Amino acid sequence: MPLSSRHLLGLEGMPKQDIQLILDTATTFREVLERPVKKVPTLQGQTIVNLFLEDSTRTRVSFELAERRLSADVVNFSASASSIKKGETLKDTVRNLEAMKIDMVVIRHAAQGSPHFLTKIMNAHIINAGDGSHEHPTQALLDMYSIREKFGTIEGLHVCIVGDISHSRVALSNIYGLTTMGATVSVCGPKTLIPKDIEKLGVNVFYNINSAIREADVLNVLRIQLERQDRVFFPSLREYREYFAVTKERLKCARKEITIMHPGPINRGVELSADVADSDASIILQQVLNGVAVRMAVLYLLGTGK
Amino acid sequence: MNEAEKRTKLIDERDFGRMLIRLAHEILERNRGTEHIAIVGIRTRGEFLARRLVETLTKLESKPVPLGVLDITLYRDDLREKHAQPVLQGTYIEFDITNKHVILVDDVLFTGRTVRSALSELVDLGRPSSIQLAVLVDRGHRELPIKADFVGKNIPTSKQQEVQVCMKELDNEDAVYLKELHD
Repeated sequence: MPLSSRHLLGLEGMPKQDIQLILDTATTFREVLERPVKKVPTLQGQTIVNLFLEDSTRTRVSFELAERRLSADVVNFSASASSIKKGETLKDTVRNLEAMKIDMVVIRHAAQGSPHFLTKIMNAHIINAGDGSHEHPTQALLDMYSIREKFGTIEGLHVCIVGDISHSRVALSNIYGLTTMGATVSVCGPKTLIPKDIEKLGVNVFYNINSAIREADVLNVLRIQLERQDRVFFPSLREYREYFAVTKERLKCARKEITIMHPGPINRGVELSADVADSDASIILQQVLNGVAVRMAVLYLLGTGK
Repeated sequence: MNEAEKRTKLIDERDFGRMLIRLAHEILERNRGTEHIAIVGIRTRGEFLARRLVETLTKLESKPVPLGVLDITLYRDDLREKHAQPVLQGTYIEFDITNKHVILVDDVLFTGRTVRSALSELVDLGRPSSIQLAVLVDRGHRELPIKADFVGKNIPTSKQQEVQVCMKELDNEDAVYLKELHD
């Protein structure tokens, strides 16, 4: 049974069986990544464009590796080195790309909804690699894969997302995906970084990190993105750290063993202390490896079949 | 007409069992025992045939024989064509195939394209000393230069026919049927 959509735009409204299919398919690719030859000929002859119009290193590298390990031909297109800088519109850029016979576009863009816009003007399969502060579906899928790998299931677990919820596409995609999969989801952070009415998405809110640690099975700690804040939402990094940093000391009030996740890159000593990031509770590096497998699964499911 | 009326049973349960025992003996004879061999079944029915062969070989030689399962989907040559998307079930080979004599097992040898895919996948997993092919049924119509080393039964067929291998693990019986296809 294939995916119900020919694009991956977001996890909002994505059926449970689609998420399940992606996670199950990723298990196969996880095995491929353990082989001496970590490459399969599956997408031979297909051309994929990585259209990264906002800075990104790890997501682009992860996608590129996934594409190459499926034997696709890969073209990287970034904002600084592109015609967009010369004033070309997004529409003209992708029309030109499409004229060169491409099969898929992986797009990262600062404007929300830009992947959706591409689906209207081109025939290629579109994958959202982050659109503004809207969604980042492959990050949430790899987070869910990593949780399932560790716990065997997602249903019934309590996952708390900590940090800047307002500006985070990782948080939003995780909330959609995790609630669909039957997890209990909560968010924790300073009041200024938590959207009003977020409870309507079915999540609980903690303003105190210790209460969140007491309840959760998993803490997904987000990066404090200073570059994304045009206004000041908390007085200083020091104050943020004082109230919300996840530290060894604070984890002592956990009632059960707690798993630590982070989408990277980490600000060590700000949202997460170094000893916690490197502890046995942390699955941060597994997340990175699983990211390649999950992206291979998405590319496979969109790139083959009817 | 329902399906049962259109198919003829060619091999029953007892002959099915005898064929597997003969295949096991042929594998032993050719490889002088089981010391350096590994059995790898191609999903789906090849996996169960491989399991049965391993059981028989282990009994005959009183030594365990490594068993692996191959999902060749990622190596198929028709993925670009527009038909239903195959479900990935995964490859499980938990041992190093390098320097082993790998016996590849499948139920029916037909065009040879599945075996071609399996060979490509195996050489990506390591460098076996040799790869040998064991099939329950060879029905002809090869599209590639591929030949089986061990054959349960040669069954000449037309392209309008289908060979159906049934196994207890999946189909409640061990049998081989010849089915007429009507388009």
